[in-house]
Order: sequence, then C-alpha cells, then structure tokens
Amino acid sequence: MIYDKSLSRRVFLILNYFILLLISLLCILPFINLLAVSFSSSAAVSAGSVTFWPVEFTTKAYEFALTGGSFFSSLWVAIQRTVIGTLVNLVLIVLTAYPLSKSKQKLMGRNIYMGFFIVTMLFSGGLIPTYLVVVKMGLIDSIWSLILPGALPVFSMIILMNFIRGLPEEIEESAIIDGAGPVQVLLRILLPLLKPALATVGLFSIVAHWNSWFDGIIYMNNPANYPLQSYLQTLLQSFEQIMLKSGSDYTQLLSMMNARTGRAAQMFLGAIPILLVYPFLQKYFTKGLVLGSVKG
Amino acid sequence: MLRKWKQQRAYHLMLIPSLVLVFIFSYIPFYGLIIAFQKYNPGLGFNSPWVGWDNFAHIFNQPNFVRTIWNTLYMSVFKIIGGIIVPVIFALLLNEVLHSGIKRTFQTLVYIPNFLSWVIMAGIMLDILSSDGIINTFLGVFGIAPISFLGTPSIFPWTMIVSDIWKGFGFGTVVYLAALTSIDPGLYEAAVIDGAKRWKQTIYITLPLLMPTIVLMTVLSLGNVLNAGFDQIYNLYSPVVYQTGDIIDTYVYRLGIQQAQYSIGTAVGLFKSIISSVLVAVSYILAYRVAGYRIF
Repeated sequence: MIYDKSLSRRVFLILNYFILLLISLLCILPFINLLAVSFSSSAAVSAGSVTFWPVEFTTKAYEFALTGGSFFSSLWVAIQRTVIGTLVNLVLIVLTAYPLSKSKQKLMGRNIYMGFFIVTMLFSGGLIPTYLVVVKMGLIDSIWSLILPGALPVFSMIILMNFIRGLPEEIEESAIIDGAGPVQVLLRILLPLLKPALATVGLFSIVAHWNSWFDGIIYMNNPANYPLQSYLQTLLQSFEQIMLKSGSDYTQLLSMMNARTGRAAQMFLGAIPILLVYPFLQKYFTKGLVLGSVKG
Repeated sequence: MLRKWKQQRAYHLMLIPSLVLVFIFSYIPFYGLIIAFQKYNPGLGFNSPWVGWDNFAHIFNQPNFVRTIWNTLYMSVFKIIGGIIVPVIFALLLNEVLHSGIKRTFQTLVYIPNFLSWVIMAGIMLDILSSDGIINTFLGVFGIAPISFLGTPSIFPWTMIVSDIWKGFGFGTVVYLAALTSIDPGLYEAAVIDGAKRWKQTIYITLPLLMPTIVLMTVLSLGNVLNAGFDQIYNLYSPVVYQTGDIIDTYVYRLGIQQAQYSIGTAVGLFKSIISSVLVAVSYILAYRVAGYRIF
C-alpha cells in the first residue's frame, strides 16, 4: 500500500486512534469496574464512589463467595460437565465426520445419514417436548441430562468433515494398500492429522459447556446439582436470601459487603476460567472461522 | 453388494452412537409435538384428549402473544442491523492502523465479551446500570437524573439492543478483518495512481469488495430473526417490562415450564419453530445463491 502524509491524513489517524481506543475501553471498563466493586466496602459501593479502583479495600465479598452459598460444589459440577461433555462431543464428532467424509459410492446411504443430521440443525421439537424426553429417560438431576441431548454438535461435525475432505486422499489409500482397515486408518493416520481441527471444535465445546446455564436450571430439581453458571444465574435474582441463609453474623457482614459486592465477586470468579484460556481460545476461534468457511 | 457391505461395515458401525443419540434427543421430541394438538395431562401423557387447533386459536386470541411477536421482531431486527454496521465500521477503522501490535491489542480487547456467558454479562450489566452504578454516576456528573435502564418499558428494548451489539461486535470484527486482509493491495496502488484519496478508496474499493461478506453475514442472521436472545432477556427482564421486553422464547418458558401449561407452550414453540426453520432454510439457500457460500 502507498500512504500519504498530508495534514488531513494525520488528523484522521489521530481521531481514528482516539475512537478505537474509546470503543475498546468500552469493552473492558465494565469488567474493571466490576473488579473494583468486588474489592470495595459496601458503603463505598452504595455511595457510588467506586469507579475503576477499589475504595476501602476488603476481601470480604470473596471470603463470602467462597464459603457461603454453593460456589465450590457448582464449580465442581461445571468442571465435570465440561470435561465429560467435551470428550463425548469429540468422540462422536470424529466417529460421525469420518464416515460422512466418504463419497456416496464408498458409504451406502451417505446422503440419507447427512439429511438425518442436518434436519436437526433446521428444526427442533422445542423446549417442552425435549424436556419431556429428558424426564422420560430418567435423566433429571443427572449430569447426563446436560451432556446427552447435545452429544453431537452437528455444526462442529460438518467443520471436521470438511477438514477431512481437504486432506490428500493418497495418505489414506496407501494405508489401505498396506492392509489397514477403517479403524486403523482413523486411529493411526487421521487422528494425528486432525489435531488442529479437533482443537478448534473442542474449544467450541468447552466454551458451550462452560457457559450453559439454562439446561442446568430446567433439568436439575436439586440446586445442589447446578453447574456454576446456573448457580450464578440464581444469584442474579436472590443474592440477599443466600446471604441471610449463610448463618454468619449478618449485621457485621453487611457493613463490609452487600448483594452488589458479593455478586460482583462471584461473577468475577465465574469469568476467570474462560479469561485464563482466552489467549488460546482467540487463536483457535479465528482459525475455526477460516476452517468453517471451507466449501463442501 | 454383500462384499461392498463388508467393506463398509466399519463406517456404518461408527455412525451408530450418533444416530441413536440424535434419534432419542432430537427426533423423539418431534413426536412430542403432538401435545400441541392435545389438552395435555401429565397423568395421561400422549394419550391426552385431542383438541385440534384449539391451542393455536387460544394463543392467537391473546393480546399478549401478538405483542410478544412484535417485541421479538423489533429487537432482533435492530440487533441484526447494528450487529452488521458496528463491526464493519470498527473493522474499517482498525484496518487503517498499520502497527500490527496495536491493531491486535484493539482486536483482542473487543473480542473478550464474546466468550462470557449472558449470565456473567447480566451480572455486570445489573451492576453498572443500577441507580448507583457507574453509568448513572457518570451521567450524574452532567446533572442527568438516574435512568432505570432495565426498569423502564420504553428504554428496556434499547438496553437489550445496545448491549447485545456491545457483547457481539468483536466476533464480526474478526470476520471482516479477515475479509479485508484478502483484498489485493495492487487495487489500492492503482487507485492512488489515478489520484484517489483514502476516502475514495474506501468507497470504491474496500466497501464493494467487503460486500459479499456483509451480505453473507446478513443472510445468515436472517434465520435467527425469531430468536431475539433468550439468554440475555431472561436474565435481565422483570414483570415491569414484560410489555416491551417479552419475546417468544421467554413467553414459552413462563407459560410452558413455570405455569406448567405444556400444550399451550408447545403450540407457541411449534409455531416459532416452523417459521424459524423456513427462515433458516431460505437464508442458507440465499447464502449460496447470493454469496456462493455453502454450509453443507
């Protein structure tokens, strides 16, 4: 590119940096404000004097968040759900994408299988019939109710299928000539090649499982089984009640923290895991977008 | 034929787990849709008495329901428009930044909110939008009385629209930046020789070449026009703003699950599902025809 150094160009560039900075700050200042609120005393927060730095620093809200309520037990449910759910997703994605990457001639009824999966992307039975099926399967209050209904993410499967089709066919053919069957080809030849694509769709699954809250609310009758995001969701409505139930000296606690600082602390704790893996996420998600646009 | 089957057997076996799970959790709920035509009684299950189209007649006679459709369309149309315009402008401005480190920093900052669930985001919004939160404190500096962003029916939809665009525009920015980097620099060099300044280059080169991506993103979001954002609205609305904030999905949830009116809830869900699936199918076809993009 060729760049001019005229005055108008310079004015534009300065303005441009200013606008970009302003918009970018709009995206992170709320988080910094939340962090400051979570470390401030309740009096300072109610007075509206907290901006981006804690006022009357206290860690009471975090002490409460980690002891009162069921933060740790729901964190554990969320970890189990994310690990098992992602593994189930990945196994099914691979087992489905590999056969479907074959042509019609090599896999009888390929288009019928494909249609079977795609219909579920377009049309669904909706909330209530799905809920009734989960009830009938006896999965209420079981972690499997959060994993099995979405066991095969069809969109991720299509991404992987297109990725496999993009690999040179000769690799597979030479393995078959050497006497390998489909299972050996998949495990020994394809899996190592699929690593980057699996990382991408795996991260889609991790984020989806970690961030889901609604299925936890409807499929778990006992709040003790809520995954973290479902538990945090209940806090949005009723933090005061949880504080009352905690049994510690309420008046003393109230002087240092209130529903706002407590909620801020828990929200921040809930966001930390995703923020920690964020640098990896961004890299793979950007790649995933490019992968997703591969034409089938 | 038999030999062919023998060769393919492994592929078909691999597909079985996915076929079974998708059948149970996606196809059996289709059968559950029949309760939209029954007066569902949990004791009788699917043997409940048939009522034909009564449930549909009932919902369309409710003034609430028509209002809900209007709210859904209103919010999602503005979310789609803003969700296209904001990232395009941001990507164009960002594209003028030559320093790759600064460019990446801005891009990273605006991408963060994408990875957090609406539960966390709602927690943040409840805090920053409260009467003594940071936004009203800031407005107070200019002598503006505190605004109840989440409790005023006329303001609530716009709070939803703006915050949805705020959370999501980082994703669009990445997509458009990817499209911008693929533009041939030779075009700009030729334009400079012809005497075109930056502004003219943007109007006559950048925007036309960005158009296919813009069209594609718009078309794909069309299929979502009846999903005005359940996660967001459910976590932020309250009875005060039902009048302007209630959307089809929140209505189904309140009616179907909370009030246990399974038949009515399913009927609303079925109505939405049919229109949505037509829209998704049309948008996929349009995406292929207009932008040459194939999803599968």
